[in-house]
Amino acid sequence: MSNFLLLPIIIPFFFAMLLLFGQKNIAYQRITTLLGLVISIICAIGLVSNVYMDGPQTVTLGNWPAPFGITMMGDMVASVLMLTTLVISLFIVWYGFGSIGKEREQFFYYPGIMFIITGVNGAFTTGDIFNLFVFFEVLLMASYLLIVLGGEKAQLRESIKYILVNVISSALFVVAVAYLYSVVGTLSMADISLKIAEINQPGIITVIAVLFLLVFGMKAAIFPLYFWLPSAYSAPPIPVLALFGALLTKVGVYAITRTYTLFFTHDLSYTHELLLILAVVTIIAGCIGALAHFDVKQIIIYNIIIAVGVILFGVAQMNEVALQGAFVYLIHDMIIKAALFMLIGIVIYVTGTSNLRKMGGLIQTYPTLGWFFLIAGFGLVGVPPLSGFVGKLLIIQGGFIAGNTWSTLVVLASSIIVLLSVMRIFIYAFWGEQGQLSTDVQKRKYNRMFIPTMLLVILSIFYGIGAEWLNPFMSDAAKILMDPSIYTDAVMKGGE
Amino acid sequence: MEIVMAFVCGFLFMAAVYLILSRSLLRIIIGTGLLSHGAHLLILTMGSFKGTVPPVLSDGVTDFADPLPQALILTAIVISFGVTAFFLVLAYRAYSELKTDDMSLMRGSEENE
Repeated sequence: MSNFLLLPIIIPFFFAMLLLFGQKNIAYQRITTLLGLVISIICAIGLVSNVYMDGPQTVTLGNWPAPFGITMMGDMVASVLMLTTLVISLFIVWYGFGSIGKEREQFFYYPGIMFIITGVNGAFTTGDIFNLFVFFEVLLMASYLLIVLGGEKAQLRESIKYILVNVISSALFVVAVAYLYSVVGTLSMADISLKIAEINQPGIITVIAVLFLLVFGMKAAIFPLYFWLPSAYSAPPIPVLALFGALLTKVGVYAITRTYTLFFTHDLSYTHELLLILAVVTIIAGCIGALAHFDVKQIIIYNIIIAVGVILFGVAQMNEVALQGAFVYLIHDMIIKAALFMLIGIVIYVTGTSNLRKMGGLIQTYPTLGWFFLIAGFGLVGVPPLSGFVGKLLIIQGGFIAGNTWSTLVVLASSIIVLLSVMRIFIYAFWGEQGQLSTDVQKRKYNRMFIPTMLLVILSIFYGIGAEWLNPFMSDAAKILMDPSIYTDAVMKGGE
Repeated sequence: MEIVMAFVCGFLFMAAVYLILSRSLLRIIIGTGLLSHGAHLLILTMGSFKGTVPPVLSDGVTDFADPLPQALILTAIVISFGVTAFFLVLAYRAYSELKTDDMSLMRGSEENE
C-alpha cells in the first residue's frame, strides 16, 4: 500500500506547523513556505504520473477494510486539482512578498495559507463524506483567519457575514450527512454510491441530493446562494482574494460534481435538470453583476460566479464530452482567475484606486502590464489559442449532444458579456487620457508583483496551447466522472 | 422516541432561524449555537435509538447503541466550538472597532466608510 497519495496533504500541514514557530522572522517564514510548496508540487507531479500509469490510487487509513475505515482516493480528477492548487498557491505566495505587508506576514499569514491548502487538497482527495466535512472546516477556519487578518473596518464587517453564512451551510452539511446516513447507513463515498444504486434512488435520496446542492451551492456561490460572495471577497487584500477566488468556490464546485456524478445518478430528469436551470441562472446573474460595476475587483468577482455557472452547466449534461469540458474549464478557471486578480492588484497598486472611472492611459507608462492583461482577458473569454477555449468548446458540444439547445446558446452568449466586462477594464484603464497615478510606486515592489503574475499568465497560455498534450489526463478524469463503477471498484478493491 | 426528537430538532431549528434573522449580533451567535445543537441532536436521532447499552465492550452484552453517530457528533461539537469561539472574539473586536452590534448598520461599501 502506497502512502504517496497523502503527501500533498501532509506536507503543507507539516510546514504549516513549522511556520507557527518563529512568527516574527519574515525571512524564515517566506523560505519555509516556498520550500513546503515546492516539495508538495514535486510530490503532486509524481502522484499525477502514478495515477496516469497505474490508475486511481487509494489509501485506506489504518488498514481497515474499505467501507469501515476512512479511504483517501486519488483519481485523475483529485490529483490534477491538487497539482493546480499547489502551483497557483506558489505563485500567489510569491506575489504576496511584494504586496501583503510586513504586519500581516508576522501574524500567521503563511500558516493560514498552508492550512487552507491542507484543507483544499484534503477535500479533493477524501473518499468519505464526513471527512469531506472536516476538510471543509479546515479550509474554512483558515479562510476566516485570512479574511479578517489585518482588522480593517471593512474586513471586520464583511468577515462577520462570511462566517455566519459558512456556519449555517456547515450546519446544513451536518444535517444532510445525518439524513444520508439514516437512509444508506454508511459514510464511505464509494459505499454510498453502491447502496444508492441498490435502492435505485427513492424520493428521499432526491431530497437529500437537493439538500447537498444547497450546501455546496452556498460554498460555490450558485444563483440564489451567491449573495454573500461579492461583498465578502472585496474585503481582504489582493493575494488573499486571489487565493479565495481561485480555490474556495472551486472546492464547492468539485463537491457538487463529485456528488452528482457518483451518488445521485438515477433520477437525472429532476436533479440534473435543477442543476442545469440553476447553472444558467447563475451565469445570467453573474453577467448582470459584471456589467453593473465600475470597480475592477467587483467585475472579476462576478466573473467567478459566471465561471461557476459554466462549469456546473457542463456537469449537468451528464455526458462524457461535457464532463471533460467542465473539468478542463475548472482547471483553466483556477489558473486564470488567480492571474486576473493578481493583474488587477497591480493595476490598483499603480493607480491607487479600484474605480475604473478614475483610471486611464496606463498603456503609455506600463505597456507590458497592459498586454499581459489583454492576453489574460482573452484567455478568460476563450479566444482560440488561449486556455479558456477548449473547455468551453467541449461544454457547448456536450450541451448540444444532450439536446439543451437554448441553454447552450445562453452559455455561448455569456462569453460575449465576459469579453465586454474585461475589455471595459482594458479600455478604461489602459486607453485614453492619463488618469490617476499613485505617487509612491516603487520599481522593486512593482517587479516583485509583476514577475509571478507574468509567469502565471504564460502558464495559462501553455495550458491552452498544450491542450492536445494534456488530453489523455483530461479524458481519464472525464471517464471516472462518467462511470462511477471505476471509482467504487478502486476503493472497494484497494481496501482488501 | 425518534418522533419526539424530530419535533425537538425542528423546534431548535425554528428558534435558530428566528434568532439568526434578528438584528443584534449576539442574538445571531446564540442562534448559531442553537443551530449546531439542533444538527447534533439530529445526527443522534438519525442514527436511531435501537441500542440500550453504551458502546463499550463488556461481557455478555450485545445490544449496543450505534457508535458511529456519537463519533460524528463529538467531531462536529469541537469544530463548532472552535468556530463559535472565533466568531465571539470577532464580534467583540467588531463591537470595539465599529461601535455597534446592529447588523443593519454594518452594511456599506468603501465609499461610505
